[in-house]
Amino acid sequence: MKLLLEKDHVEGIRYYDTYRREGGYRSVEKALKTMSPEAIVEEVKKSGLRGRGGAGFPTGMKWSFIAKPEGVPRHLVCNADESEPGTFKDRYLMEFIPHLLIEGLIVSSFALGSNATYIYIRGEYAWIVDILEQAITEAKNNGWLGKNILGTGFDCEIYVQRGAGAYICGEETALIESLEGKRGNPRIKPPFPAIKGVWDRPTVVNNVETLAAVVPIINMGGEEYAKIGVGKSTGTKLISACGNLNKPGVYEIDMTISVEEFIYSDKYCGGIPNGKKLKACIPGGSSVPILPANLLLKTAKGEQRMMNYESLSDGGFATGSMMGSGGFIVLDEDQCVVRHTLTLARFYRHESCGQCSPCREGTGWMEKILHNIEYGKGKMTDVDLLWDIQRKIEGNTICPLGDAAAWPVAAAIRHFRDEFEWHILNPEESQK
Amino acid sequence: MAQFSETQMTEFNRLVARYPEGKQKSALLPVLHLAQESFGGWLSSETMDYVAELLKIEPIEVYEVATFYSMYNLKPVGKYMFEVCQTGPCMLRGSDDIIGYIGQTLGIKPGETTTDGMFTLKTVECLGACGYAPMMQLGKNYREHLTKEKVDSIIEECRRNAAANN
Ligand SMILES: NC(=O)C1=CN([C@@H]2O[C@H](COP(=O)(O)OP(=O)(O)OC[C@H]3O[C@@H](n4cnc5c(N)ncnc54)[C@H](O)[C@@H]3O)[C@@H](O)[C@H]2O)C=CC1
Ligand SMILES: Cc1cc2nc3c(=O)[nH]c(=O)nc-3n(C[C@H](O)[C@H](O)[C@H](O)COP(=O)(O)O)c2cc1C
Ligand code: SF4
Ligand code: FES
Repeated sequence: MKLLLEKDHVEGIRYYDTYRREGGYRSVEKALKTMSPEAIVEEVKKSGLRGRGGAGFPTGMKWSFIAKPEGVPRHLVCNADESEPGTFKDRYLMEFIPHLLIEGLIVSSFALGSNATYIYIRGEYAWIVDILEQAITEAKNNGWLGKNILGTGFDCEIYVQRGAGAYICGEETALIESLEGKRGNPRIKPPFPAIKGVWDRPTVVNNVETLAAVVPIINMGGEEYAKIGVGKSTGTKLISACGNLNKPGVYEIDMTISVEEFIYSDKYCGGIPNGKKLKACIPGGSSVPILPANLLLKTAKGEQRMMNYESLSDGGFATGSMMGSGGFIVLDEDQCVVRHTLTLARFYRHESCGQCSPCREGTGWMEKILHNIEYGKGKMTDVDLLWDIQRKIEGNTICPLGDAAAWPVAAAIRHFRDEFEWHILNPEESQK
Repeated sequence: MAQFSETQMTEFNRLVARYPEGKQKSALLPVLHLAQESFGGWLSSETMDYVAELLKIEPIEVYEVATFYSMYNLKPVGKYMFEVCQTGPCMLRGSDDIIGYIGQTLGIKPGETTTDGMFTLKTVECLGACGYAPMMQLGKNYREHLTKEKVDSIIEECRRNAAANN
């Protein structure tokens, strides 16, 4: 079932004429001409759509929380910072069907009353800025943006702002700081952006995929959308698959398929290269727990694990993981979990904004100790020390980057302790 | 003295106009990108002071930002910067070998620039191309599915372009 990427292979879909010919911008006509902003929020609530940026917060509910003080402008901000290792789905969507995002942004801006909407995109996606700006110009030239859209009296402009290389700016309050021209230091929540966001105005921050999903929701109606998927995992989800797979890439799934089917079926990742065995997988972006093959394919209860929010987190952190950002990273039997975890620890040390000491210092220590273990200079007590450090970071920081740095280390030790010990006991066989 | 040309000033004004009255500081990140592109690929303190003056903010507000984000270069860099990703998903696909190979071919270590000022090698963290690994950023674009042969041809291509532009 495809709702977002149904047309991604149509020649010329990146450009307005083709996109429109294929049925694009119908949701804007429907929403602006026949629906009130409140009715749109209601449809999104009914759809059960959950934030695709990773936290899975119900989108309709978030929209209904936006404060509406008299005379204060409100803003919608699209989070296109996409920097979680393993995640590249938003890039795909923006690069190949930019108008889908623009269409979703217009409907969502109308629902939230945003006359100036910003797309904050990671600075490295420089060429995608051009693609988006071209799509915005085309939309504007055809009357979907600007003043008095479709004669409804609604005005809306969309601007693309480039970041400059900082993972933390994907965290919504850091993103807002960055949008204001400052360092990306997260703010303490609450107040949530919906109350006090950019320039202290009520702001909704949503992920690219979340905002694109508003288009099919308006076109088909929230109730129909909610029938796709299972339980609280409604609609479709983009998964970016990478690592040791025959066919890495971006796949749109409805959340009823099993993890096993996703990895091995030719419709999706096509199995593991050179007939190697599956060793482990991080199913939802670098910050969620790694799972060994047995716990990945089946839950601790012995049920088949499915590609949806509930099933991926079944078993909690002891035996489960999370859907997260949909970044699906696969390790084959020849890969070293210690080395992989070291690269992630280095990533988080590099990306810590430095405001909270547990995160700033803890990420540095974790990298150092993992480096020692990987390079044959570890001590047996180091494994417990690592465990201790990650425990001291988790929950003790302003934003969840601290947790995000702690969890991969914790899960690697939980499931692959023997591998850490092997490195310590066999220093000469470890990497030089 | 660093000074934007007329076209650069038009772009500057377009950037500032996106934000509400009095919130021109919001344009700082895009304006720093523009300045870096316009003045030799890096930000000198003179350039940063100029940006502060244009945006009517204190120089310290510009330094704070320029030092926080990894894409701003505070030192001169080579004409071509190879920014190779080294994070987990790329590592699983052999990025370590690619980094080693580039270093060996150009005779530099990560963080260094060749003596002719042509190439800089830099290791970076995940660039959102994990499914097309190993990869690097070169200027505005990504080069993906790297192999040693591909690296050779990219180096060749840069040398050709540099010669053609001289
Ligand atoms: N896509 C990516 O590249 C990355 C995604 N992530 C994901 O980000 C997640 C953490 O994100 P956070 O924003 O810190 O999670 P959060 O749970 O604090 O918030 C989720 C969203 O719901 C809103 N919200 C929650 N409670 C609210 C309330 N009472 N009133 C109004 N709005 C409310 C927040 O403003 C936010 O937009 C992680 O779970 C991780 O998976 C992390 C790193 C990178
Ligand atoms: C360190 C960190 C990085 C994040 N990076 C991103 C990101 O790149 N893209 C994104 O959409 N959300 C990211 N988030 C989550 C956002 O804070 C926020 O929850 C999200 O943009 C809300 O949109 P959604 O409800 O549509 O998912 C990040 C959170 C943290 C803690
Ligand atoms: S947890 Fe880390 S990244 Fe988040 S605010 Fe604290 S120091 Fe900054
Ligand atoms: S890990 Fe290299 S691009 Fe993501």
